[in-house]
Amino acid sequence: MSTTTSETDGRPKKAGLFDIRNIIGALMALYGVILALAGLFGEHEPEKTGGVNANLWTGVALLAVGLGFFAWAKIRPIVVPPDVDRPDDDPTRPAPQRKRPPAH
Amino acid sequence: MGSDTLINATWLDYLLVAIYFGFVLGIGVMARRSVSDSIDFFLSGRSLPAWVTGLAFISANLGAVEIMGMSANGAQLGLPTFHYFWVGAVPAMLFLGVVMMPFYYGSKVRSVPEFMFRRFGTGAHLVNAISFAVAQLLIAGVNLALLAGIVRALLGWPIWVSLIVAGAVVLSYITLGGLSAAIYNEVLQFFVIVASLLPLTLIGLNRVGGWDGLTEKISAASAGASSSSDAPPAEQQLNAWPGEALSGFDSPLLSVIGIVFGLGFVLSFGYWTTNFVEVQRAMASDSISAARKTPIIGAFPKMFVPFIVIVPGMISAVLVAEMIELKDGGSPAGGASGDVTYNDALLLLMRDVLPNGLLGLAIAGLLAAFMAGMAANISAFNTVFSYDLWQRYIRKDHSDDYYLRIGRLATVGATVIAIFTAQIALGYDNVMNYLQTLFGFFNAPLFATFILGMFWKRMTPTAGWVGLVAGTLSAIAVDRAAAAGVFELSGQGVAFLAASVAFVVDIVLSIVVSLVTKPKPAEELRGLVYSETPREDRTDPNEASYPWYRRTAPLAGIALAMVIVLNFAF
Repeated sequence: MSTTTSETDGRPKKAGLFDIRNIIGALMALYGVILALAGLFGEHEPEKTGGVNANLWTGVALLAVGLGFFAWAKIRPIVVPPDVDRPDDDPTRPAPQRKRPPAH
Repeated sequence: MGSDTLINATWLDYLLVAIYFGFVLGIGVMARRSVSDSIDFFLSGRSLPAWVTGLAFISANLGAVEIMGMSANGAQLGLPTFHYFWVGAVPAMLFLGVVMMPFYYGSKVRSVPEFMFRRFGTGAHLVNAISFAVAQLLIAGVNLALLAGIVRALLGWPIWVSLIVAGAVVLSYITLGGLSAAIYNEVLQFFVIVASLLPLTLIGLNRVGGWDGLTEKISAASAGASSSSDAPPAEQQLNAWPGEALSGFDSPLLSVIGIVFGLGFVLSFGYWTTNFVEVQRAMASDSISAARKTPIIGAFPKMFVPFIVIVPGMISAVLVAEMIELKDGGSPAGGASGDVTYNDALLLLMRDVLPNGLLGLAIAGLLAAFMAGMAANISAFNTVFSYDLWQRYIRKDHSDDYYLRIGRLATVGATVIAIFTAQIALGYDNVMNYLQTLFGFFNAPLFATFILGMFWKRMTPTAGWVGLVAGTLSAIAVDRAAAAGVFELSGQGVAFLAASVAFVVDIVLSIVVSLVTKPKPAEELRGLVYSETPREDRTDPNEASYPWYRRTAPLAGIALAMVIVLNFAF
């Protein structure tokens, strides 16, 4: 991995919490836990699924995927360069936005 | 209340939906406040990993068209629907990455109307901006109609109330910043959709007894079909080629030509190469090489998307009581828009096989896809309306604040109009027919003008707008002639034919008009026409130094080989 260091503290600056993999991981793991609990303690509804405890198994799978994303982000962190350009607004998707740069 | 709604959701389902929107709005707020330079880093798209832009690229399109349209098509027509992916989208994405992208990236155009303005001047720009704006409003109506269908299925409200509520929800989503971190949201959305549709497919297959059970049931349903059923015979539903059910041609040869030229070449290449809502995702990356790889990496997951959208549709058609009745020629009551239509295939299957919990996950995925889809249409409309139309032709040289205000009014106006265009979409019992018709009207002539204008420097400004207008009008003429009963084609055959006619008319007229009018001087065409663009403007000097699995051409070759294998396998 790149070992770019930021000039202020001498350590590489990681994307950390805002790394998209951590956000995906958090959502998947949270869904996984909730579904697994629902599968363990909630109604099982085997007549719908043909006998499989679908909530439980999907929950376990999502939890595994979520942890996988955390691990990936941990093992190969994204290093943010010391100075980052402010992004331009996406012109096809204005909505509430930072001000448009002057047209000329 | 509970029992008279189509879907019985519990607090658990609503919790899962709420968590998703909590995440999306939370990211939106963080993005606008820029609480961390990591956020700026991700949003600016510089050196985003290619898998992220690749997923965002296909996720921007994984909305109404893919999920509801493809499952409806799967329920009605079966395996030929796979052509949309394996003859349509995937080759078109590879073409975009290999041929078109270096050119877009080098010429730095930001939107289709902008390209038209620089290549052909005012006439083509005005025509294109208006037709783009109209197309966005009509497609927003499709997304809104599907969104309202879910609201209605959940809450049991009348359809017009559901439409207004859904419209209000989308407006607040845009206002609260749901789009400001588009790349984050699109990637999240992709995972939520896969996480809900994959279990749906597996459980559905489990219920019908696996793939063999599914094919047996389709054959049995087809053998015992009543005379009022217009479902295609089982062997057509269970083989992708020659796909008579999809194209509507009786002759297998014509059918293959219709699919390859109409669907594959004109409609799909037109859609994927001129749709800047998606192309933009790739333009955000840091080099030509990364921009080219974005659609190519996207093509890999895209190949497998049909298994989780079309197969559930096919399962629904043999498992859900209402769908069986519909396919047998009946008209059961109780769908999302009143009577059951093929558009309800996925919702009804969810109702029948998903336990509460997974149901919530699936609802979250669908709501996310339709909302993000409609919001993207509305924002695209907003941009073209305020900057390409209002600023250029109506009120020039006002302050930025003025145009932002116009943009906000346009957003509200577009949402209100979408409530009405949604009525048109509700009139189609398979929303895919409607969407492909629209793409034929708007994307097919645009693709013709684009590709001719890019590779033929002699093409003149007059030819630019004449071709667009004539192409769109001829597609509409074909569609209306079919509607009036002049000729008969089932499936999506009319849309394929309209698109092909539009393409041919556009090309022929553009060439004829170009030969009698005056072209632009060659020095104004740098970056806009292939032969006038120097090679170094469209190649990446670092490309050759990457290992093979990070280079464009080998990746595209692997994707192409895989998709050919898939075509033979089914």
